[in-house]
Amino acid sequence: MIEIDRVRKEFGDGTDTFIALDDVSVTIRENEFFTLLGPSGCGKTTLLRVIAGFVDPTAGRVTLDGQDLLGLPPFRRPVNTVFQSYALFPHMTVAENIGFGLQMLNRPKAEVKQTVDEMLALVKMTQMAGRRTSEISGGQQQRVALARALAPRPKLLLLDEPLSALDYKLRKEMQLELKRLQAETGITFIFVTHDQEEALTMSDRIAVMNGGQIRQIGGPREIYDRPTDRFVADFIGETNFLAVEVLDFADEQARLRLPSGAEIAAHAPAEGIPRGAATLAIRPEHTSLCDPEGAALKGKLSDIVYFGTDTHYHVALDGDTRFVLREQNQPGGHEARAVGDTVGVRLAPGTGQVLRD
Amino acid sequence: MPDPARRETRNRWLLLTPTLVVLLFAASGPLIIVLIYSFLTPGDYGGVVWKFSLDGWFNVLFNRDFFTDQVTFADAHLSIFWRSIKLSVLTTILTFIFGFPTAYFIATRPRAKRDLWMLLIMIPFWTNLLIRTFAVMELIRNEGTINTLLMRLGIIHEPIQMLFTEFAILLGMTYVYLPLMVLPIYASMERMDFNLVEAGYDLYATRWQVLRRVILPLVKPGVIAGSILVFVPSLGAYVTPRVLGGGTDLMIGNLIELQFGQGRNWPLGAALSLTLLVIVTVALLFYVRTAGEEDSHHG
Repeated sequence: MIEIDRVRKEFGDGTDTFIALDDVSVTIRENEFFTLLGPSGCGKTTLLRVIAGFVDPTAGRVTLDGQDLLGLPPFRRPVNTVFQSYALFPHMTVAENIGFGLQMLNRPKAEVKQTVDEMLALVKMTQMAGRRTSEISGGQQQRVALARALAPRPKLLLLDEPLSALDYKLRKEMQLELKRLQAETGITFIFVTHDQEEALTMSDRIAVMNGGQIRQIGGPREIYDRPTDRFVADFIGETNFLAVEVLDFADEQARLRLPSGAEIAAHAPAEGIPRGAATLAIRPEHTSLCDPEGAALKGKLSDIVYFGTDTHYHVALDGDTRFVLREQNQPGGHEARAVGDTVGVRLAPGTGQVLRD
Repeated sequence: MPDPARRETRNRWLLLTPTLVVLLFAASGPLIIVLIYSFLTPGDYGGVVWKFSLDGWFNVLFNRDFFTDQVTFADAHLSIFWRSIKLSVLTTILTFIFGFPTAYFIATRPRAKRDLWMLLIMIPFWTNLLIRTFAVMELIRNEGTINTLLMRLGIIHEPIQMLFTEFAILLGMTYVYLPLMVLPIYASMERMDFNLVEAGYDLYATRWQVLRRVILPLVKPGVIAGSILVFVPSLGAYVTPRVLGGGTDLMIGNLIELQFGQGRNWPLGAALSLTLLVIVTVALLFYVRTAGEEDSHHG
């Protein structure tokens, strides 16, 4: 279990400081696949480097299983990193790279060799053991970097955007591979990414970061379906924001009045939401087109974009709000609507999340 | 329309021409003249007489007694060769010991400040060699800065004899050639991915192990280049040993100068020059070979 307690990092001198981490606190459980998700500059990499020991925080505590990490240099922390650039040693072979950590820990030669062989098998690189790191492909370098970081069996593995340099197909493959490795080794993973899809598919829990702060922590479903603030809702997936009026709140459910005058129910944060103006977030795929008669929302179709798996409809709602909805394409389906049609938007029951602004 | 293959050949020769001209006139030409001179007879007032003789080469290593024809080793020459090699090796080692941390320091500064630091390293290098050497002389002579300071502080009561010793030559050459070591090491260090250093620390390597196992192998080309750049001119150094070594502690460069000057023995001077060239070549081959071998061992 790793506990990060009010960690703060300021860069620069007194006159011109930049707050990279703004009193971040989070507890990461044993054997968890934990993701730090956020745009570049949100502080996720700085937090990772604080845990690894490459950045000294201005204030705060980091403990791993009760042991204070901050007093230790990187080479005394039972924590290994998979670097974004892989940082494989170019003057060593694949096997030598993987064995490096164990060698530095002064493990007996036989043990080093055995572990290296196991690791090579684990990442399916046994055939490449004697190759130079410059002689293997990007995906293979990625596997070697993983094996090298896993070989000393750290308590914690830090991954700094490790898949960002791979092409789409390889990235998909490595996502599954990473999940498998985490399950097989039982090591806690902290994974840093700006790619929401990566975060949603791989993580047990996600911390969404922005401006040096954690904005929300939760499971992928919770983060996606129940974002608590506008940044999270906007950053992850596509979201429509509607200005609404909160009429009533009970049991995580709020009664709202839409600009059109229609009243609907929507999910709201557990701690409650004050009556009055608020924002409602609605996912495009949780809605569908319907007859304008009696619909909660209606407007003019301004754009139809075909995406292969689905079609995006852009609707200009009354009051000039732009609303995007998404419908899955059916085999043999044909375009029944045209730009300029007046359409209604149907909200599936339970759709929408009221945000605290 | 000329045939493209032929035009290709012609262009290649055109591009090679400047190199060939320089090699011919600046390198091969003088070398051939020196080679020819080494097999001629010295003239009475310097220069050469066009008469074949092996005496020049003979005198590199041996002395023939003028009266008895007895042949003995030229001990003076041998001790000068030995001193030259010893001091050059030591200079190379010392410039590495001082130059490597310097290069590391500069390479780890913020990018904008690195050029300033390099400028500070290079400024002495742009100053006249003689002036720099006299500056060292001023520091270490008996009435110089260091001795005066130590005596004032009461640490010593007699000045330490530093000038006109091998130490003085070593100090001077280390100072003079230091930039030649810093520059190539810095160049390869600047290109080094410092993530690799972090990866080393991350994988339980201590500072010393990171230096030994990660940084040194990666900047080895720079270290080899720096060593060659320092070792070769050290071996042929002339001004520094002349000024700081006094007249007594000669190096090969001074010995050669002596033959073309007071000694009036050009063939011996020419033979000594070629001997120096052979020593340099053998030393470099040996050095590059061992450095390369270590590479394939750890490869």
